[in-house]
Amino acid sequence: MSTQSYLELWKLTKSYPSPKGEAVIVKDIDLRLKQGEFVTVIGHSGCGKSTVLMMVAGLTSITSGGIILAGKELDGPGPDRGIVFQSPSLLPWMTAFENVMLGVDQVFYTADRVEREQIAEYYLTLVGLGDAMHKRPGELSQGMRQRVGIARAFALAPKMLLLDEPFGMLDSLTKYELQEVLLQLWRREKTTAMMVTHDVDEALFLSDRIVCMTDGPEAGIGDIIEVPFERPRNRLEVMEHPEYYPLRERLIEFLEVHAHRKAPTVVPETAPAISKAKEKVEPELVS
Amino acid sequence: MKWIQRLGLDAVLLPLVGVFMCLIVWSGISGKSVTTKTKDDWGDVVTTTKRTGISADLPGPMETWEKSRSYILNPLAKRGELDQGILRFTWLSLTLVVQGYLIALVVGTPLGFCLGLSKTFGKMFDPIFQILRPVSPLAWLPLGMVLFLSAKIQVPGFGAYTASELAAVFTIAICSMWPTVLNTAVGVRAIPQDYLNVAKVLKLSPAKTLVKVLIPATLPYMFTGFRLSLGIAWLVIVAAEMLTGRPGVGGFLWQQYNALSYSHIILCILTIGVVGYALDRLMSFIESRLRAA
Ligand SMILES: Nc1ncnc2c1ncn2[C@@H]1O[C@H](COP(=O)(O)OP(=O)(O)OP(=O)(O)O)[C@@H](O)[C@H]1O
Ligand SMILES: [Mg+2]
Repeated sequence: MSTQSYLELWKLTKSYPSPKGEAVIVKDIDLRLKQGEFVTVIGHSGCGKSTVLMMVAGLTSITSGGIILAGKELDGPGPDRGIVFQSPSLLPWMTAFENVMLGVDQVFYTADRVEREQIAEYYLTLVGLGDAMHKRPGELSQGMRQRVGIARAFALAPKMLLLDEPFGMLDSLTKYELQEVLLQLWRREKTTAMMVTHDVDEALFLSDRIVCMTDGPEAGIGDIIEVPFERPRNRLEVMEHPEYYPLRERLIEFLEVHAHRKAPTVVPETAPAISKAKEKVEPELVS
Repeated sequence: MKWIQRLGLDAVLLPLVGVFMCLIVWSGISGKSVTTKTKDDWGDVVTTTKRTGISADLPGPMETWEKSRSYILNPLAKRGELDQGILRFTWLSLTLVVQGYLIALVVGTPLGFCLGLSKTFGKMFDPIFQILRPVSPLAWLPLGMVLFLSAKIQVPGFGAYTASELAAVFTIAICSMWPTVLNTAVGVRAIPQDYLNVAKVLKLSPAKTLVKVLIPATLPYMFTGFRLSLGIAWLVIVAAEMLTGRPGVGGFLWQQYNALSYSHIILCILTIGVVGYALDRLMSFIESRLRAA
């Protein structure tokens, strides 16, 4: 096993049968992640980012190609990959602690109970839930629930972390906080991570490399951007880095090119006029 | 009306008004005994008692109360097998219902899980369930009799069961099972994919998946099924006791009908209704407790 590729996606293809023949969602994705690397995938909604991530997670079947993690070809889901989804998918009848313990019990079944409890408590404390770990998801805020999700993923001591828009449903303040939490834990654990996001700033702040996917059908990798900011990163320093805005421009341009490539003529010339008219109407509607 | 609401009286007062109105309608259509004295051709006084009214033989509210009061005021009396206080009868009926109901839960819940989890199982048995579900208890009971005709089952602590008792338990069980089966299945199918993914990712064993994910996720649906099942189990009691001649609310009802004591039929109907309502409340209470826990 070379350290050059810890995770390797090899000609990864996914298609669904459809009435008009096979609908190819993603095609021939080749991607290699180094151990400890943080890679973010961006692309337009519906291009197949989640599909790729779910295939790595083993929750969606692979049509063709393969995935190799730590020298072994993956086959189905397993606790060696910690997953954080957009919704934290905690079991609502268990407390935060019990949710984390469910995984810890599975992975560290040889350890005794006290040790396992310590592991769960440790990670819950690291994500800032030291006081709230015995509450049920229903009693926690959205942000706190996502913290539990992050703690649960890390507590498995996974080979890889898979994150699908983990902060997509949070307000920007909570989002910033949780990005810091994630970054700290990731640095501490040195876990290889693959994340999907729509947020260009989030991608730049967190990742080592950003993979830009082209639009589907038959989506592939359009561009890979190296993010040169030094670690540990500080949000302000990153934003003041001379490379920050050029990179940001490049990402946005990439996304825009792919947005307009498909339907440049759909936007009518009169669109601004309509939206202005709407703006004028709005106060009347309010009153 | 505002002041009634403000005093919180509407919760008590309005139902009372409703009951009162029903009593008026009941009085209106029920019959009365009218005694007339006439002199016949020979000059003797002849008293004739005749019932008159829209439904001449239906006893009115007061008459029902007069005839039933001994059963209600002495609810635990036992004057004979088929002449007992109303609570005694209720108790006898309840013990039978509970036995059938528990069997329904024990059999129905796993069936529901299989139905919800396995498409193959569903395809195999769903048509059968759909056909058996609407069959009336009156139809099941004779089959139960046949089924247990030669059976003599000795259950420690309960004593011996006769064929008719077994048939009654069987009927209650098979009639009340379906809501549990179907609701459990619906609940299992409605488990969010997210929860199942958690089980898959963590590679939980089948047993652990069942205990930690499937059952808790299905519990609200299961309980809806349990509640509906209990309602049906209680509904079946009259049919079961009527046909088997077992003492209980339903048996008493049938016997009193044959004895032309129509007041007692009404007493039994009201008892069955009140007990059924109480059982439903009890299940809702347990359900809400469970949800809060
Ligand atoms: N089970 C399925 N059957 C058929 N098509 C599917 C199925 N699941 C997903 N797709 C299609 O695959 C495409 C990619 O979906 P995917 O969820 O991966 O997109 P995404 O890039 O994650 O989008 P978003 O940014 O909105 O989350 C979509 O066009 C979707 O319609
Ligand atoms: Mg997605």
